[in-house]
Amino acid sequence: MFAYIVRRLFLMLLTLFGISIVIFFLLRIVPGNIVDILFAAAGYVDPADKAALERQLGVDQPMVVQYLHWIGGLLHGDLGYSYVSEKPALDEILPRIPITARLAGLALLFSASVGIPLGVLSAVNQGSRLDYALRVVSLSGLSLPSFWLGLLILTASVAMFGEIPIFNPDPKTWGEVFATYCIPAMAVGFRSSALTMRITRSSMLEVLRQDYIRTARAKGASESSVNFHHALKNAILPVITVVGIEAAFLIGGLIVTETVFNIPGVARFLVEAIRWRDYPIVQNLVMFIAVVVVTANFIVDMLYAVFDPRIRYSD
Amino acid sequence: MAAIDFESELRRAGALASGRWGKLAYLAQRHLLGTIGLVIMALFVLTAIFANVIGRYDPLTVDAVHALARPGWQHWMGTDSFGRDVFSRIVHGARISLAVGIGSTALGATFGVMIGLASGYLSGWVDLVFQRVTDILQALPLLVLALVMTAALGPSLPNVILAIAIPLVPIVARVIRANTLALRELPFVEAAKSIGMSEMRIALRHVLPNTLAPLIVLATAQLGSTILTEASLSFLGLGIPEPYPSWGRMLSESAAEYVRTAPWLVIFPGIAISLAVFGTNLFGDALRDILDPRQRG
Repeated sequence: MFAYIVRRLFLMLLTLFGISIVIFFLLRIVPGNIVDILFAAAGYVDPADKAALERQLGVDQPMVVQYLHWIGGLLHGDLGYSYVSEKPALDEILPRIPITARLAGLALLFSASVGIPLGVLSAVNQGSRLDYALRVVSLSGLSLPSFWLGLLILTASVAMFGEIPIFNPDPKTWGEVFATYCIPAMAVGFRSSALTMRITRSSMLEVLRQDYIRTARAKGASESSVNFHHALKNAILPVITVVGIEAAFLIGGLIVTETVFNIPGVARFLVEAIRWRDYPIVQNLVMFIAVVVVTANFIVDMLYAVFDPRIRYSD
Repeated sequence: MAAIDFESELRRAGALASGRWGKLAYLAQRHLLGTIGLVIMALFVLTAIFANVIGRYDPLTVDAVHALARPGWQHWMGTDSFGRDVFSRIVHGARISLAVGIGSTALGATFGVMIGLASGYLSGWVDLVFQRVTDILQALPLLVLALVMTAALGPSLPNVILAIAIPLVPIVARVIRANTLALRELPFVEAAKSIGMSEMRIALRHVLPNTLAPLIVLATAQLGSTILTEASLSFLGLGIPEPYPSWGRMLSESAAEYVRTAPWLVIFPGIAISLAVFGTNLFGDALRDILDPRQRG
């Protein structure tokens, strides 16, 4: 087990290192640096000013030096400065994380509490009208763009209350918490719940075909005991893996939903930074997202190995 | 014991279906949802091809007098803030969605197949390198990678197609690699080797055709997600640039204002996106059931 963990950790660091290279050079693939772009927008500018700014931002140095400078700083907790606000990138990013984390947590909770029971219901009644209806619902859930769902919620809120909810940074009452976090979280979690439901269903069907389920039935175990005690317990394992995939899935939903609902979280901040070409912010945020996704996958792999010892030997 | 009704059993199993049309009708009835998906996809493609005929107005012509007109006989789905006909824009938008959907899926699948085949067939260090590269690409969410790519390359149709195709490569490569590894051990590959066929020829003539079924299933499944990603990118203002009528762009952030004053600008493009994606998803599911029965849920 120890060797397995060490190997996984090593691969994880290798992946993160690779991502840092890909992101850094991808953002600089187009000729011309940020100073060229800023100055092109301003029209004619004194070349001395330009050179001074280039020196100040460090973009006059070779690309590799710039990269090493960034990674070196990153390892010391120094993320550089935002081009736009000129504040330390860390101070810009950190306060926005809790908002997005709360949204993501609620969205995961929503997706699991809706997706898992409906998936079980669908599998237990395989081939019935209910199963058919639930499959169509989950497929249409996967087809709705999250941002459109958010816009529809806003439209409905205008129709009902005549106003759209405004983000409240410090919700006091339960109603405010609901409007601020729960509704956007549902908009994000809706698609994930459809995904969770599909995976729970197929995992449950796989288990229900096994011999020990037939044995349990033959012994005279009750239908609910077979479904929940024997089947769900074994079917839930593949569903856990989905949490890893969903971390990546959720981030896409968070980006558009935070934009629709005007929520000042990290996900919307990434879009703003990309639009402003604020590369120190973009590269650090993408690294942060990669760390979250890779860590989620690592935790899932560990959970899997704990619950299913066969994994440790086969890999 | 009741007598078995052979005829109805045989009909249910499709044994009585005769002729090309009879068999087709049987298949359509058996996979009703898939057929509905196919019909939606066909409508979507036809709309894109005949956009000039179906759309009654030019999608780019600005008409300030009729700005923000409500849906009615003149403009079936109303007009936007520039007075452009929403129905015509949606009809022409089908072209963009289709171009991005097919273009990026084909591009991503082509590179994915090449990498997956090389990685699974050659193994060794080639496999090791490709595996790490797919690890890297898969650690970033599709939308994040596509966002950074369009930001780096600049917003335009070919760049959007490229930006959405790249994240597909590792997904396709993984599946093709796993398939190739399994196929390599089968007797017919060994037989091909023993009669002295070259490795390249075995890979292309014997292994590749056998990975086609899972590839088609995967590509159809990804088609919907590429359309959704294009819509998200354009919605965020980093996809297809103005004035081209992309469905996502039509819903762009200013839509939050129109939610109050002109809800038709929010509702119709969203229906178009959802319907197109729903069609491809329904069809993809049915295709998976038919071509890849092991995965049938």
